Amino acid sequence: MAAPETSTAAVPTLYTNNTLRNAFGGVLSFFILLLIGVMAFSIRLFSVIKYESVIHEFDPYFNYRVTQFLAKNGIYEFWNWFDDRTWYPLGRVIGGTVYPGLTLTAGTIWWLLNSLNIPLSVETVCVFTAPIFSAFASWATFLLTKEVKGTGAGLTAAALLAMVPSYISRSVAGSYDNEAVAIFALIFTFYLYIKTLNTGSLFYATLNSIAYFYMVCSWGGYTFIINLIPMHVLLCIVTGRFSSRLYIAYAPLVVLGTLLAALVPVVGFNAVMTSEHFASFLVFIILHVVAFVYYIKGILSPKMFKVAVTLVVSVGLAVCCAVIAVLIALVASSPTKGWSGRSLSLLDPTYASKYIPIIASVSEHQPPTWPSYFMDINVLAFLVPAGIIACFSPLSDSSSFVVLYIATSVYFSGVMVRLMLVFAPAACITSGIALSQSFDVFTRSIKFQLPGISSNTEVDAAETSSATAEAQNDAVKTEKSEETSKNRPSKKSKKKEKEEKPSTKAKAEKRLLALPLDSSVISLLLLILLGAFYVVHCVWAAAEAYSAPSIVLTSRSHDGLHVFDDFREAYGWLRHNTDVDDKVASWWDYGYQTTAMANRTVIVDNNTWNNTHIATVGTAMSSPEKAAWEIFHSLDVKYVLVVFGGLVGYPSDDINKFLWMVRIGGGVFPHIKEPDYLRDGQYRIDSQATPTMLNCLMYKLSYYRFVETDGKGFDRVRQTEIGKKHFKLTHFEEVFTTHHWMVRIYKLKPPKNRIRGKTKKSKSKTSSTSSRGKRSGSGKKNPWQ
Amino acid sequence: MGKFWVIFVASILILLPFLCNSFSPDTPTDRRVLVLLDDFAIKSSHSSYFNSLKSRGFDLDFKLADDPKIALQRYGQYLYDALILFCPSIERFGGSIDVAAIIDFVDSGHDLVIAADVNASDLIREVATECGVDFDEDPSAMVIDHTGYSVSETEGDHTLIASDDFIKSDVILGSNKITAPVLFQGIGHSLNPVNSLVLKVLSASPSAYSANPKSKLSTPPSLTGSAISLVSVVQARNNARILISGSLSMFSNRFFRSGVQKAGSTTKHEKSGNEQFLTELSKWVFHERGHLKAVNVKHHKVGETNEPALYRINDELVYSVEVYEWSGSSWEPYVADDVQVQFYMMSPYVLKTLSNDKKGLYSASFKVPDVYGVFQFKVEYQKLGYTSLSLAKQIPVRPYRHNEYERFIPTAYPYYGAAFSTMAGFFIFSFVHLYNK
Repeated sequence: MAAPETSTAAVPTLYTNNTLRNAFGGVLSFFILLLIGVMAFSIRLFSVIKYESVIHEFDPYFNYRVTQFLAKNGIYEFWNWFDDRTWYPLGRVIGGTVYPGLTLTAGTIWWLLNSLNIPLSVETVCVFTAPIFSAFASWATFLLTKEVKGTGAGLTAAALLAMVPSYISRSVAGSYDNEAVAIFALIFTFYLYIKTLNTGSLFYATLNSIAYFYMVCSWGGYTFIINLIPMHVLLCIVTGRFSSRLYIAYAPLVVLGTLLAALVPVVGFNAVMTSEHFASFLVFIILHVVAFVYYIKGILSPKMFKVAVTLVVSVGLAVCCAVIAVLIALVASSPTKGWSGRSLSLLDPTYASKYIPIIASVSEHQPPTWPSYFMDINVLAFLVPAGIIACFSPLSDSSSFVVLYIATSVYFSGVMVRLMLVFAPAACITSGIALSQSFDVFTRSIKFQLPGISSNTEVDAAETSSATAEAQNDAVKTEKSEETSKNRPSKKSKKKEKEEKPSTKAKAEKRLLALPLDSSVISLLLLILLGAFYVVHCVWAAAEAYSAPSIVLTSRSHDGLHVFDDFREAYGWLRHNTDVDDKVASWWDYGYQTTAMANRTVIVDNNTWNNTHIATVGTAMSSPEKAAWEIFHSLDVKYVLVVFGGLVGYPSDDINKFLWMVRIGGGVFPHIKEPDYLRDGQYRIDSQATPTMLNCLMYKLSYYRFVETDGKGFDRVRQTEIGKKHFKLTHFEEVFTTHHWMVRIYKLKPPKNRIRGKTKKSKSKTSSTSSRGKRSGSGKKNPWQ
Repeated sequence: MGKFWVIFVASILILLPFLCNSFSPDTPTDRRVLVLLDDFAIKSSHSSYFNSLKSRGFDLDFKLADDPKIALQRYGQYLYDALILFCPSIERFGGSIDVAAIIDFVDSGHDLVIAADVNASDLIREVATECGVDFDEDPSAMVIDHTGYSVSETEGDHTLIASDDFIKSDVILGSNKITAPVLFQGIGHSLNPVNSLVLKVLSASPSAYSANPKSKLSTPPSLTGSAISLVSVVQARNNARILISGSLSMFSNRFFRSGVQKAGSTTKHEKSGNEQFLTELSKWVFHERGHLKAVNVKHHKVGETNEPALYRINDELVYSVEVYEWSGSSWEPYVADDVQVQFYMMSPYVLKTLSNDKKGLYSASFKVPDVYGVFQFKVEYQKLGYTSLSLAKQIPVRPYRHNEYERFIPTAYPYYGAAFSTMAGFFIFSFVHLYNK
């Protein structure tokens, strides 16, 4: 914030005044930033205070398990880790299929703390990684917005981001997921890009590549960066803003960034081979062509240049056509056109639901509803348009980047609810700009019109002084000054628009912009009120909506608070009562938790890399008992786990997910047909349900002995009585049901010791089942007795 | 009596460690047999059979089937290793025994011999059905054979059959060929052809049928020809063995001693084959023969001896297992050339026949396939007459570590050359460009 040294000689008196102001502002903004960091950290602790310090949801459990492995075995073992306890019997090469950024970050923090003799458990470190990095993310937002629109906007944006609910939802304490560090990496990479663009410094360009590398390590969303930045570069070229700074900002990023990205095992050759990265290379070529053209233009006379252009264009066009044709042929030869399924479903929102049910089935891959925008970014939704307008006046390289960022992320968030997370920082930045600009305008209007304040002339003088200083800078224009100053180039680019406006004219313009006093005051108050609403909403969202760990559920009813700790009860049972090498089958949602909490081998888990394997489990769940038993037996499964919410009204249970199992299973094994499970296109489990539905394994395992609870079998999620109430299981036996029946564990019966004869079935059956009942009777447990 | 009980309980306590598992790995042969009889007359009329068992060291405990004190188990421990049901007409067992108790007895690995007869009770039929054998539903039906009957002085109703249609298995029937036909008089049964656990040991001739010999045949008989089984054995999946015969009298001293001449045949045998047939069969049922065990499953890399926790793809490994056969008194090396090992992950990637050294050690060496995952060493050995061996041992196979790949690939030398020449060229260019002003 120090003014350029070249201006000291020009206006010494005004300068001292200005430095004091700047120093005071610097200290103030430092403390504001510190407080923003503290707030970003502490607003995410509701989950620890309300529940406990525990890892949340599904994916974090996997990350936690990986981090434990890293902390125990070191980085080389982690890199080469072949995990034989998931995806039985295929196994999974964890080291080569996981984004290691988050794990390495938390592992490093843990190692650092331990070597400082601060003995924290790996779990504690994992729980608090996300809040720490959200503080970092808000500081990165400050830096980015400061580069675009100055300190005021930066502070506002940082404050907004620190508590934006969308980001809180993925970064509360315990939500130990890739996004926790990736959002910081994303914003920081953008900051360094803008910084390089503004300074033209190769140092920042290198830092930018390293930040990009960290982002690649952390999250698959890095493809957003490697597509957005080329888009911006292209935009700059098209709008005639090509400069050497742009070249320095982009070319090293592509070269170094791609080399570094290829070092991450999970990316590897994808960094040069998939279509997601194609745009960056294309723009890289275009940038060089444009730079070359500018160079040629500089050394040739205009007439010669025209001749050269026609020559090159005619030859170059032919070559380009040939190259592009080859490229298109190469790309088109691959069935997915070189795009991964997730990226394709971003470009064509209907793609996944048509072809890949496994992607469409994930709830966070669904398009968001309108209320979720209001829930997740609240008042920012209204401030974003204002911010975009503010970015256009005046439009600089950096502000055009913000506009591009928000435009693309709005689209992506509209396709996948998960990408609201990418949209939230953009919304915060633009809203921060909007708020700061409007505060700027209103306070200035008040200052101008309040008669008691005499210092406004001084302010004016300061403004003019800075304007003259800038004018001088332009006159000096040395290479050195560009390096020493940090702040100037952004102003410089701003000034390009103004084109050497006389400072006196600017002053007059500012007077004209002044609004009436009363309306300014009222607007100011309204804006503060809006901000207050935002704060209240964010605190509510952090405390109530987004802090539930989803492995422990609570519900409030007239007779107090109920805690449902069934998941940990079930995993604990598995850990203590089953053999170490037993295989547990469940729908893939519970795979990570089962391996991490129960330490048992699972068939499929949340890393949905093998569709066929998941379809096999889906088919088993949708098949009748005997067929299902055969499928599970062929996979050496010993226990089957189902989640059932019908007793307590827990809506995201397996019966509600069942249609996805049918669809995914049917996608690979065509004998499973979705219409068989629907009555007139309706999914129901009451007496109108189809026989296929009532006889499938999922129905039976969910509702086995359910009628014993209330005598009617009333399902509180589906709000109906179940269709088939009294039935017996022949190939499975119930071994454990949790307190609220939310998790039910069944054991596969061994193959029959004898094969019965044909005659007198009815009579002998009763005796044999009674004997079996006698034997397994001790294992059954009815919590309602 | 009280003193007897004290001794009994004491002996049980001493034997307790051995009672826990019916096939103790050391001696699979049964020792204590409970014989349930309709009346004690059978004990003397069938004494030859019982004596042959006693002489082989079995401890027979004779009880009336409706004795209210009989029990198969006490305090969760089975009191017997095997059960002989020579009580075809019993309607209800005494004591705590019922169908379910008998089935549980079998399912926990114990052996069973059932002899039914004409007018066999529903109870006996039910036990047989549970084991996969269906007796003719007509209670008074007998197996009649007008060409394969046994010639006797009086021309009877041809229900005394002389059958020599044995199963061809040395393991079940012993290595000595049974020359004389076996006399059979009783009820026939049928087996479900898809049932792979039950075997027809003695089947009727193609001309036999099952009907009531006293009444006139009005409808075609339900069981005809060689579909009728006279004596069957079952080996359950837990290797418990069951013998089911449709005739109690074939075990009797009278049948053991009588000569036999099959109708249409000129050779007259002095002695029927019953004694040899049933004695050999009882050796099989009571695990004196055809019982295998597999021990010392080992695997290691070629050139090493320690068993690794996991293999890498393309490792060379050696798998070995020792297989022994119980000879009735000791474990002898089992010699066969058809024992195979599978390296299995959802389907066998490697299927290899194990070679043996005639001393019971089977081994094979093979290369781990170029696929990683959780594999199993599987030996599934099911041979007619032998207990089934089913061994599975899980072993993960990992891919190469990052530093186990080749550092330089010869085919990539042009690319290395390109990369290094570009670097050198760039360096020279920079040098020239910077210092050549």
